[in-house]
Amino acid sequence: MEILLQQIINGLVQGSVYALVALGYTMVYGILGLINFAHGEVVMIGAMLVLSSLTAMLGWGVPPLLALVLSIVLAMAGCMALGYSIERIAYRPLRHAPRLAPLITAIGVSIVLQNLAMMIWGREYHSFPQLIANHPHTFGGAIINDIQIIIFILALAIMAGLMVIVHRTRLGRAMRAVAENQHTAQLMGVDIDRVISITFMLGSALAAIAGLMVSANYGLAHYYMGFLLGLKAFTAAVLGGIGNLRGAMLGGLLLGLIESLGAGYIGDLTGGFFGSNYQDVFAFFVLIAVLVFRPSGLLGERIAERA
Amino acid sequence: MTSYSVRSLLLATIVLTLLGCEKSPTSGQNTSGEMVVRIGASAPLTGPQAHLGKDNENGTRMAIDDANAKGIMIGGRKVHFELISEDDQADPKNATIVAQKLVDNKVSGVIGHMNSGTSIPAAKIYSDNGIPQISPSATAVAYTAQGFKTAFRVMANDAQQGRVLGEYAAKNLAAKKIAVIDDRTAYGQGLADEFIKAAQANGAQIVAHEYTNDKAMDFTAVLTAVKGKKPDLLFYGGMDAQGGPMAKQLKALALNLKFMTGDGGYTPEFIKLAGDAAEGVYATLPGVTLDKMPGGKEFSDRFVAKYQPIQLYAPYCYDAVNVMIAAMQKAGSAEPAKYLPVLANISYDGVTAKIQFDEKGDLKGGAITVYQVQHGQWHPLETLGASSAAAH
Amino acid sequence: MKLSELMSNKRNSHIMFWFLLGALLLLPFATDALFGRGWVRIVDFAMLYIMLALGLNIVVGYAGLLDLGYIAFFAVGAYCYALTGSPHLALAFPMLFPGGVHLSFWIVLPMAALIAGGFGVLLGAPTLRLRGDYLAIVTLGFGEIIRIFLNNLNAPINLTNGPQGISRIDPVSVAGVSLNTTQNIFGIAFPSVHLYFYLFLAFTALVVFVSRRLERSRIGRAWMAIREDEIAASSMGINTRNLKLLAFAMGAMFGGASGALFAGFQGFVSPESFSLMESIMVLCMVVLGGMGNIAGVILGGVLLALLPEVLRHSVVPLQQALFGKTLVDPESLRMLLFGTALIVMMLYRPAGLLPSRVRRRELDGDETAAEASVYDATH
Repeated sequence: MEILLQQIINGLVQGSVYALVALGYTMVYGILGLINFAHGEVVMIGAMLVLSSLTAMLGWGVPPLLALVLSIVLAMAGCMALGYSIERIAYRPLRHAPRLAPLITAIGVSIVLQNLAMMIWGREYHSFPQLIANHPHTFGGAIINDIQIIIFILALAIMAGLMVIVHRTRLGRAMRAVAENQHTAQLMGVDIDRVISITFMLGSALAAIAGLMVSANYGLAHYYMGFLLGLKAFTAAVLGGIGNLRGAMLGGLLLGLIESLGAGYIGDLTGGFFGSNYQDVFAFFVLIAVLVFRPSGLLGERIAERA
Repeated sequence: MTSYSVRSLLLATIVLTLLGCEKSPTSGQNTSGEMVVRIGASAPLTGPQAHLGKDNENGTRMAIDDANAKGIMIGGRKVHFELISEDDQADPKNATIVAQKLVDNKVSGVIGHMNSGTSIPAAKIYSDNGIPQISPSATAVAYTAQGFKTAFRVMANDAQQGRVLGEYAAKNLAAKKIAVIDDRTAYGQGLADEFIKAAQANGAQIVAHEYTNDKAMDFTAVLTAVKGKKPDLLFYGGMDAQGGPMAKQLKALALNLKFMTGDGGYTPEFIKLAGDAAEGVYATLPGVTLDKMPGGKEFSDRFVAKYQPIQLYAPYCYDAVNVMIAAMQKAGSAEPAKYLPVLANISYDGVTAKIQFDEKGDLKGGAITVYQVQHGQWHPLETLGASSAAAH
Repeated sequence: MKLSELMSNKRNSHIMFWFLLGALLLLPFATDALFGRGWVRIVDFAMLYIMLALGLNIVVGYAGLLDLGYIAFFAVGAYCYALTGSPHLALAFPMLFPGGVHLSFWIVLPMAALIAGGFGVLLGAPTLRLRGDYLAIVTLGFGEIIRIFLNNLNAPINLTNGPQGISRIDPVSVAGVSLNTTQNIFGIAFPSVHLYFYLFLAFTALVVFVSRRLERSRIGRAWMAIREDEIAASSMGINTRNLKLLAFAMGAMFGGASGALFAGFQGFVSPESFSLMESIMVLCMVVLGGMGNIAGVILGGVLLALLPEVLRHSVVPLQQALFGKTLVDPESLRMLLFGTALIVMMLYRPAGLLPSRVRRRELDGDETAAEASVYDATH
């Protein structure tokens, strides 16, 4: 029983990580209809920025908690600038281009960011300094530690915060309008360039936080870490219904659970024929099954259509 | 975009191409009358294993620089060695392209590739052109099983290493129930399978065989599954980039068992990534401890001073270059056809082992050392295997 | 005088054709002499990529189905060839296949194509109701599923030899002549890479021919109707389900055929060669070159297959020439420049380098675009 509980906890933690990244993906998709392949790399850059500034500040003797806060702020600012530049340079000129064109530039941006990170931060795996005492807590025989609890709560909090922004503020109204119909929104006086830029910057700031949490949880940062994370997060966003904030959260948590339980139990369920080496296959099968019955994901369509 | 800019873009591309593609060099002599001998090297210099690939390149480069500083004479002529280093991105397709490029550049020998998946297809190209290939780190048995006379390696293969690992786990560490995780790469899976065979042959029971991949960061699911089976020892077949975090997550899940890994985990990175959890972890590395080998400590000091702490295979690259040069000197010629038979029968004292090749090109003897992390550093425990080279 | 005007003259276009044919036949020798044998090998790989891009063009360009897992069919074809032309089956199942299976190239190739086509139908079936990006993720998932299966089917029965891959694959042999050794034909020495070039050229020509006939057939028109507006197409009586499956199947068949050729050429297959990045690269070739336009797709394939290699060869000499020494890591710089090239090329030509005539008219905002595209589709 405790094994099952542990697997569920593992899944929820892993899922919260996916959800953090998926929220950024889904926001951008909701507004622009664009799969931002570069999002995973922005998460990685966020993690690297936090790492660099933390190492520098700790080296100057700044007290750890202050260094952490400052590093997060710095990383968020850096990622926001990065997100803004990517949007301006690679996506805005292609707003009226055929649908697949921004996909290709996104791939190009992803390659550029990966290699830039390799040139700046080197090829090694960097270990992340442990700043907060990471106490494990046991209940029901399963273990969860502080950082993991923080990740889970953070993901929920961010989702709640985003929902507030999208549904209770003028900016949010503008975002929903742009998501619904760009031309009409423009006619209604919405500055779509500004709204889109803000959406990107918001998504990138989230990416920085996600990067920090991933690095803190696993204790490492590496220039290649964004690729797989971005892919999983995209899968999670689609599972929940891309463009939908609650969907991203649900999709992330669900994907994490599926992977965890799959890895843990496929072997037992299939009598050893398939093992945890098929956990990704299992996850994709579930995704395909969901999409066959609900072609728009679990919670359906975009931000605007969430009543 | 106007057709003018399309044309100028095409023109720029053609110019770039012509700039970059020198025709295969013909003359083998440089300005100071020395004979120029080119040595090729290939490893993944970009991608997830780039830190190891760069380490390989550094080891090779250091050997070449040392040889040039020494002023090696071959066949009565002074020789200047030139390194041509390529990035194969651990992709078999790129490996064949790189191999062809090196062949076109008339290299006298190749140190490479780093991975088994790249060494295997490239071996065919080198064999077709008669160019000796010494891999410093490819451990898959299939590499030398192809029957190419030009394929060699200076490291024990998976069968040799796995056997020692399995025996050690079952006998010396007295593990009765063993769980195995491998990363589903040619290296990890090959090593894990050999480990399982040897452990079972020595009386241990494999209670769990789980899998991950070489890009993963989260192992909590498979580790929890392992926890449920209550093993004494966990063996991981894979690299340090996963092994380190895995050890860390092991500790976080309160799994109290011995953790063992192969040569892929025996790096300073592993300890960095695992943090406190690294304490007590076992790993193996083919060869005898660098410090115990003649010239070993001196090599590692100089390497650290010039580049950075040794990641993993740099000493093997160093030996590979030197055994190649030694064969050239003995044969009195840098021509592949002439020194290849000498290389096949040579006996050379390297910094990793006494190097001798068997008829397949594998390393004869193959001593393997078991290490353990103590007080945050790797310490050698025992050297096992047929011949302990340090005895010479 | 513009190229299109040149081509419109029938006699001129005939001359162009023979000129092009001659140039292609001499290409391996010219490349060998100018740049070295290594470049002929690179050109061979480029031809394989062109075939892949043409195959994906049917799925993405004609039928408008975004496929991010296309390389799976390449993998299926490659493994079909590998299993039927190597010692693997003999080693894995000594009882069943005592002498090993070594079928003739002319049997294996169509078989690989058909099996890949079957997989295409299998993978296409669940995706029929999905649109756009949902389709993308499902096809991506299928690509990954196939790769994972190939990587893990070495236990309990060893079908694919897992991550170790299958080596010692028989080289392609046409009419008893093995393409792996230099052959002397009419007194001229044809090295192995040249022979493979001609083989690939022949198959590429076949793929181009079939693509072109498809484009101008009822099937092609139906695909384009589905691409433009599926509901309208369906209400016009087009069986969208069958046609989508057909698109997947045809694309998969071309992928499978080129996979088989790849296995014979490289002599070794392992799941590492069939990653997601490869699928993405082929998609880039199609989109960058000009979706739906055969010439564009070929250009895209050539460019993206050659660019990393050109950069590999030129990054160091360029830095030496400009700065006198190597400032930046050549490996990272190479891929960095590649990514930048992708971005720049798409920014300047969003519809692709050689967009199909339909797209070009859309971009030019021609009011008679609708009539013009109908004209194009029927002629």
